Amino acid sequence: MEKITILEGRQKQIFEKKSGVEQLDISCDTSSLSGSVSQRACVFCGSRVVLYPVADALHLVHGPIGCAAYTWDIRGAVSSGPELHRLSFSTDLQEMDVIYGGEKKLYHSLIELIEQYKPKAAFIYSTCIVGLIGDDIEAVCRKVAKETGIPVLPVHSEGFKGTKKDGYKAACHALMQLIGTGSTENISKYSINILGEFNLAGEAWIIRKYYEKMGIEVVSTLTGDGRIDAVRRAHGASLNVVQCSGSMTWLAKEMEQKYGIPYIRVSYFGIEDMSKSLYDVAKHFPKRTDIMEAAKQVVSEEVKELYPSLQKFKKALTGKKAAIYVGGAFKTFSLIKALRSIGMSVVLAGSQTGNKDDYARLKEMCDEGTVIVDDSNPVELSKFILEKKADLLIGGVKERPIAFKLGIGFCDHNHERKIPLAGFVGMYNFALEVYQSVMSPVWQFAPRKGVKI
Amino acid sequence: MKHAKTATQNACKLCNPLGACLAFRGIENCVPFLHGSQGCATYIRRYLISHYKEPIDIASSNFHEETAVFGGSHNLKIGLKNVSKQYNPEVIGIATTCLSETIGDDVPMIIREYKQEFKNGSPMPIMIHASTPSYMGSHIDGFHAAVRATVKTLAEKGAREKLINIFPNMVSPADIRYLKEILEDFKVPYMLLPDYSQTMDGGPWGEYHRIPPGGTPASAIAMAGSAIASIEFGSTLEASKSAAGYLEEAFGVSRYHMTLPIGIKKSDKFFTLLETLTQQERPEKYDDERRRLIDAYADGHKYVFEQKVIIYGEEDLVVGMTAFLSEIGITPVLCASGGKSGMLRKSIKELIPNMEELGIKVREGVDFVDIEDEAKLLKPDFLIGNSKGYTMSRKNNIPLIRLGFPIHDRFGGQRMHHLGYRGTQELFDRIVNTVIEQRQNASSIGYTYM
Repeated sequence: MEKITILEGRQKQIFEKKSGVEQLDISCDTSSLSGSVSQRACVFCGSRVVLYPVADALHLVHGPIGCAAYTWDIRGAVSSGPELHRLSFSTDLQEMDVIYGGEKKLYHSLIELIEQYKPKAAFIYSTCIVGLIGDDIEAVCRKVAKETGIPVLPVHSEGFKGTKKDGYKAACHALMQLIGTGSTENISKYSINILGEFNLAGEAWIIRKYYEKMGIEVVSTLTGDGRIDAVRRAHGASLNVVQCSGSMTWLAKEMEQKYGIPYIRVSYFGIEDMSKSLYDVAKHFPKRTDIMEAAKQVVSEEVKELYPSLQKFKKALTGKKAAIYVGGAFKTFSLIKALRSIGMSVVLAGSQTGNKDDYARLKEMCDEGTVIVDDSNPVELSKFILEKKADLLIGGVKERPIAFKLGIGFCDHNHERKIPLAGFVGMYNFALEVYQSVMSPVWQFAPRKGVKI
Repeated sequence: MKHAKTATQNACKLCNPLGACLAFRGIENCVPFLHGSQGCATYIRRYLISHYKEPIDIASSNFHEETAVFGGSHNLKIGLKNVSKQYNPEVIGIATTCLSETIGDDVPMIIREYKQEFKNGSPMPIMIHASTPSYMGSHIDGFHAAVRATVKTLAEKGAREKLINIFPNMVSPADIRYLKEILEDFKVPYMLLPDYSQTMDGGPWGEYHRIPPGGTPASAIAMAGSAIASIEFGSTLEASKSAAGYLEEAFGVSRYHMTLPIGIKKSDKFFTLLETLTQQERPEKYDDERRRLIDAYADGHKYVFEQKVIIYGEEDLVVGMTAFLSEIGITPVLCASGGKSGMLRKSIKELIPNMEELGIKVREGVDFVDIEDEAKLLKPDFLIGNSKGYTMSRKNNIPLIRLGFPIHDRFGGQRMHHLGYRGTQELFDRIVNTVIEQRQNASSIGYTYM
């Protein structure tokens, strides 16, 4: 096999867990190397994914057509009502706009679109060239907000101004402009916001139902099945429950500072973490022992039903090996546990945007010999998948063809999934999907099995 | 309802660099490289992967804030160095983005400097530069810009050879394979560019390929200047923007420029052209394909006659499809494109001189909301185009026949034929079946013979 070398400058973002060897911390939080084929996207992408599920807002991308075209209906974030988020709007800047500025085009676009679609608010995403051509987005937004009476919020998401994480922050900054502007009347003391849950395939609804069964009021989900009015009231909740820590921790911290709302980090993937996320919320309301009782009830009912159904999968999958490469590191932790619960071990674990603490924790969790990577690329991922003889890759759409080319199973744990993987029912779906992909007879024809092609 | 429309809503086009990346994938041992932000490469990869189901590596110079302020020269050079090292490519296809174009990076000069600075290193890849600012044109312009830049960089002058260049436009891997089969059956040496028939639709891998096998070799492209002729598909593609146009201008290689060969008449034209250029008759097998197609036309004609359709997509695809639809009695009540070459109307008019009489409307530079507004008035029986029309198809309950690029919500878009008798046969079968299925579903009886 052709020898695959790791790019110089990338070596610090990869290590293999070995006991008895002093190991340096992984290097992360850096920009991607020029010339590498990163699986990451850009600042704009970070902002776009966070705000995308707000279904009654207008999402206008200010720039040339690409950024809007590639993010049209891109996520499986579903809405129970309006679906404005599933349309794609762009100022589609042309050469003359680049020369003379795009403010007028932005202004007219906004006025017309707001008139046509009657959104509750508008998010205006700046793309790469907007800063360069000197458009004063803030001024246009202020003007349009005044004329139309709805919040018109600039999102400073120029692609090159940082990493995807900076995009998350820009999106959270826009959300912070909305939070605190709605009435908090009649909100229960036993209430939470669900942060970093995007309602892919209706996952937020599943989670919400668990909390409601416990007697907890969910004030706002940020941003899954999101509504502007709910975002405006988010400051009335007693606790912020943060999933997808990468995108929403900043918002949680801001809300803590400004409104004194504490936050906890949770994950809804796998039995262990799902249960913990219910217990942790119950613990926050210690005086109401009935909430904890209800949480235990929910877990016990769900697990009683789920556990036996997993055994078939576990029996088949025991001893199989998985590679994980997803956006945020927090999800990786849950996936490792979830895979273990169906008998699988993890030989590669990585994320696009994990931080130092995340990687330290990953190192702790992983088995001997597991490779840990930050901001990886197809060449590296393939190298480790083959070397470590993985049977499964968990990732997003860009990782899928790598798995299939190399003849191993794949589970989509990203924006595009159509089946909920969160919650107890999600664990069943996850196990089923992994089982169906890993155990498929089609891999008998894969070259890695020594078959001649 | 008519809306004032400044913004583009649900675009019926993609950006310039996407087309360039696809074209560069059709060169052997080539890595596409985008000079701009990381997101461009990532989004374009994702978009292409969802259609082709292949790993697609596109490198990026990953602009940072300083890069945008001080220019992208340093980043581009580091990027080229890193790509050369990790991928060991023979060719790097560099396309610009809105960002690098707006800050005014002089990419040809940066490449010259790079070659100077690193000339003593390992073998230097060939570097092709296509200027593809996203604020001009659309993905199809990027595609042609990359093909032209490739020929411009590689083609050399030489004694006339019995060689035909073929520039098939942005067609499917299956179409490319079919064209190659035809040329091989004619036993004529050819240079087809870009050939992503294998790189975008290949077999499984026992080991990881940094660059997938397949593509037109640089050495073959070098011969393009010695060919007897270039055949170029695309009615709206002007010589000044095309590869064949360049070869004619620079080396006197005759440019034969024609509509995409969809339908019998245009396929005939293509085969006749090949017969003329090679001075031999087409192999019997293609006469067979043609006869079967004519027979199928007869068997299916009643289902399709006077059906009304809206056809949308890249302008050249729209023109090719219109040629086919008009010969089976389907009226394209709207021929629409997000592209804006200014040539679409003229090309349709050439095909169907009495287009106004037949109620054929042509619109350039439209988005899917414009098309939807038209659909409400024109009430077509079905829509024909890429899968991005699904939103309006579902909303307005008009069936959609998917073809071209992208097809994100169905399987096998990369294996779909469009060209020649074979492609036309597939399209005709699908159109007839769509009509039959509609009627069957609508019938209260549920006929089991149609």
